[in-house]
Amino acid sequence: MSADTFPKLLLEKAKKYGRRKIALREKDLGIWQSFTWEEYLEKVNYFSLGMISLGFQPGDKISVIGDNKPEWIIAELAAQSAGGYGTGIYQDSILKEVAYIINHSETKFVIAEDQEQVDKILDMQEELPNVKKIIYYDPKGMTKYDSDLLAYFPDVIEMGKRYEKDHPGQFERNVENTKSEDVAWICTTSGTTGFPKLAMLTHRNLISMATNLGTFDPKYDTDEFVSFLPLPWVGEQMMAVASGLLFGLTVNFPESVESAQADLREIGPHIMFSPPRVWENMCASVQVKVMDASFLKRLVFNTCLPIGQKWSEYKFEKKAPPLHFRLLYTLAYLAVFKALKDRLGFSNIRSATTGGAALGPDTFKFFHALGISLKQIYGQTEISGISCVHKNSDINPDTMGEPIPETEVKISETGEILSRSPAVFPGYYKQPEETAKTVIDGWLHSGDAGYLTPEGHIVVIDRIKDVMSLIDGVKFSPQFIENKLKFSPFIKEAVTVGHNRDFIIAMICIDFGIVGNWAEKNRVNYTTYTDLASKPEVVDLIQREVEKVNKGLPDNAKVKRFVLLYKELDPDDDELTRTRKVRRHFVEEKYREIIEGMYRGDDSIRIEAIIKFQDGKTSTIRTVMAVKNV
Amino acid sequence: MGEGRVKEEIVLKGEQITLSFGGITALWGVSFAVQRGEIFSIIGPNGAGKSSLYNVINGFYRPQKGQVIFKEKEITHLKPYEIARIGIARSFQNIELFKHMTVLENLMLGRHIHIKYGLLKSLFYFGPCLKEEVQHRKRVEDVIDFLEIEHIRKKPVGTLPYGLQKRVEMARALCLEPEVLLLDEPMAGMNLEETEDMARFIIDVNNEWGMTVLLIEHDMGVVMDLSDRIMVLDFGEKIAEGTPEEIQQNSVVAKAYLGESDGAFLGR
Repeated sequence: MSADTFPKLLLEKAKKYGRRKIALREKDLGIWQSFTWEEYLEKVNYFSLGMISLGFQPGDKISVIGDNKPEWIIAELAAQSAGGYGTGIYQDSILKEVAYIINHSETKFVIAEDQEQVDKILDMQEELPNVKKIIYYDPKGMTKYDSDLLAYFPDVIEMGKRYEKDHPGQFERNVENTKSEDVAWICTTSGTTGFPKLAMLTHRNLISMATNLGTFDPKYDTDEFVSFLPLPWVGEQMMAVASGLLFGLTVNFPESVESAQADLREIGPHIMFSPPRVWENMCASVQVKVMDASFLKRLVFNTCLPIGQKWSEYKFEKKAPPLHFRLLYTLAYLAVFKALKDRLGFSNIRSATTGGAALGPDTFKFFHALGISLKQIYGQTEISGISCVHKNSDINPDTMGEPIPETEVKISETGEILSRSPAVFPGYYKQPEETAKTVIDGWLHSGDAGYLTPEGHIVVIDRIKDVMSLIDGVKFSPQFIENKLKFSPFIKEAVTVGHNRDFIIAMICIDFGIVGNWAEKNRVNYTTYTDLASKPEVVDLIQREVEKVNKGLPDNAKVKRFVLLYKELDPDDDELTRTRKVRRHFVEEKYREIIEGMYRGDDSIRIEAIIKFQDGKTSTIRTVMAVKNV
Repeated sequence: MGEGRVKEEIVLKGEQITLSFGGITALWGVSFAVQRGEIFSIIGPNGAGKSSLYNVINGFYRPQKGQVIFKEKEITHLKPYEIARIGIARSFQNIELFKHMTVLENLMLGRHIHIKYGLLKSLFYFGPCLKEEVQHRKRVEDVIDFLEIEHIRKKPVGTLPYGLQKRVEMARALCLEPEVLLLDEPMAGMNLEETEDMARFIIDVNNEWGMTVLLIEHDMGVVMDLSDRIMVLDFGEKIAEGTPEEIQQNSVVAKAYLGESDGAFLGR
């Protein structure tokens, strides 16, 4: 295959589709504005040359910070075409982290969406000596800025047009020079403590990953994809960039973060890949809507859902349902699921996948009940995001599926999942010692404990360092219990503790929106999150939820006591990673007093804590948390 | 703030405006002059006559004495819709929107003074009418984009939280494409984050679109941060006018607010 880099793929697709097919679509001013493949190429071409005329050289890096917009990936491809690469920065990163990523990657050009992002960079100007230009693409509020660092995206494109007049054919020559072993992009991956690590991924890594994933989960050039998850995340790079270019998907960008759900429905994508929290949120929002619905609607839904769940069990066990049951499911589908699928924007969905963390089996079953064939993806950023996926014909909610072609997976003697494929990354940027710890003899060490089933499916138990055993030796996976708890729409986050202890306890964060709604309906007055979480009615509500969950857990792994935490876990407080995974050890350390109190058998715990707000202000919270036995 | 934003030209002027209802005098010989491109705030205790002054400017009330002059033309006797048409729009303290209509419908209605086709023409929707409708929609969408309310475009106004309704209220005024925008307590009832958003929108409207803004607001922090000049009313009389610094140091103003000469409160 000749097109072995992303710029070459873009050139190839533009030649093939020209003006006949839409490559990108962006909702702007209420209308879906389209770019054909030819226009896509044109923008990348001129922006790339524009950056060169501003002094961008091969090997230079860019950082992109902003919402998902065409300009984001145009900048990415432009940097690659010019022989450079770059990295994306999560917009909600704290400033320290933004500065770290820009400095560590030696970023020369920052591509920033709007005034808000530009301000961040300008404010830190002195700390960022490498940054030579800040290119923004939303001009709102920018007219009065006169920093020499600033350039406006369309102006850079104009510069590129002029540059091409003097250097005809330069872009094509640059693209010809890109090599498959060149670094294509850097994806940040959350370290468990401190700053993120910068994982370099080559064109070969990403293209082989997308090709091999495509054999298990085919994609076609008639497919629509909606890009609404953060582009710095490897999963979004997998779909919007790698698969998009390889298979010629149409990539759609929503108007704003708030309107993403509505925009998703307007497009009706064929493909969707999201982390568990997106699926969990959808599932929770359906449950809440059902609670709010009229008696009749609720009755119909509650009658049909078990039929759907039964249907999905037949599917997981690979049994053919009896004829009368098929008929029953068809009725349920027509009565509820078809309309519900449409509401969620899934009328056309063919390939639905989840990855990045474990999704609870109950949520999994819920989507299969609707007739959405949700599949699990397993992989790390370091292997371009994926090593295993479910085959369409072989879906098992308890496993992560099978290795994709060209990928080997084995279990080490310590029970760790190891993988090897052409998609394994060349290393962390400027951190060889970290790389040496992660890739040993070509095998990527995942840090996950797991095993292979006789059918060749991989099962992930938990992070190796998170698998715990009670004092009597019973092993349990905190994540498994937490996912069960989080299936309740009222519970947003849960942390279970029990290593070397007598029993398991849980610290639970309520979902402020949903519990707040419930409180209003049940005439419970509250002011803040802390206040709501301390209401006896709310504690009782969660107690019922925990009891429900305990029914599905083995006797020695039941949650024995719990508290409702006085605050939500927050990435800004280092309690969660940016992709919203719990930093378990940090949380256990931070809430040590509470945990000790629970094991001591206190029936309430008094808390005095300092809360830090985003603007740097602090305030003290005093509250009493009730400890409940289950 | 950028250079050359405020122009020499006086865009809106009040001369000796006196307004009374029966025995009560709401405004007593108030004069002021607003320059083009300025953010001009009007402050004062409750009942000082701030909203009455707005009502005089946009034609709800007829003053007994004095006149309002817009771009060197006297407009004291024009009707409210005529004033809207010549380029003075107002957003109301108590949100004045159609609660059961969507945001988009409310904003399109805000364009009505610019709609040229009549009933007869609109019977043949395609052609010139459609073209005109598209232009209006474009303008409305620019405002939606500007105030970041894309996600609620199709939502009925009555279902929105208060902070967003206030933003839609301002959007409606902006859809009139005014030269002068009268804002009446745009931050009232908002939390800190919403207040900061609204302050940014006001600065952007002024900076980016060069719109002259008159602002009535009780949040002194906001007024002091945003305003070029401030006029202070007390019991219908103008007691001071000047830059934020001058007003903060003015002992008469402090007295009007607190009844004593402690001016520290204005600094927040």
